[in-house]
Amino acid sequence: MDEKKLAIIATKGTLDWGYPPFILASTAAALGYSVEIFFTFYGLQLLKKDLGHLRVSPLGNPAMPMPVPMPTLAMILPGMEGMATSMMKSKMKAKGVASLEELRELCVEAEVRMIACQMTVDLFEFDTADFIDGIELGGAAAFFEFAGEADITLFI
Amino acid sequence: MVQEDKVLDARGLNCPLPILRTKKALGELNSGQVLKVVATDPGAVKDFEAFSKQTKNPLLEQAEAGGEFVFFIQKA
Repeated sequence: MDEKKLAIIATKGTLDWGYPPFILASTAAALGYSVEIFFTFYGLQLLKKDLGHLRVSPLGNPAMPMPVPMPTLAMILPGMEGMATSMMKSKMKAKGVASLEELRELCVEAEVRMIACQMTVDLFEFDTADFIDGIELGGAAAFFEFAGEADITLFI
Repeated sequence: MVQEDKVLDARGLNCPLPILRTKKALGELNSGQVLKVVATDPGAVKDFEAFSKQTKNPLLEQAEAGGEFVFFIQKA
């Protein structure tokens, strides 16, 4: 049987939404899949060497569990985003959830191919020197070259 | 009772770490050798069955005791 293939497009750059691409990619690789992730728009934030800048916002996210119910307007107060971010980080640590850096490192070890979208790198003026090593640059056609033969394709 | 060749302590770790560490530990074993994994993540039960099925490494035995899940996986 041929190796199965998983193609992922990662478009989000928040602390919470950074998880699905790396969890699925690392697990698929452990199951023997060949995996490629195409990072575009805000997903490019996930490629930076230091991921300490990633945040999670309760603003516009009524589904986010809060310790006490809060009116939507309170979410715009200064410090709310920082509070939500540190709350999520400490909860993840307490529950034995891997850090994004750790999951990404496991993806790198498992030879998950990572491609940064050239157009959005240019658009947002990202410096590719800030990215981890081993990142390739490519466009939509480069994504389809792999995704066209993939068994599973996910847009996250 | 199955006799293990190596033990992996995955207690306190959450999805997908127990599976990822298991994959790595199996890589250090020879074909036919057995890895014992101890985990506390309740999701691990379904995940180890799925891992075994997809990677063709037989899940020889599994048990639960006091909130800990034990798996014996043989390297294919």
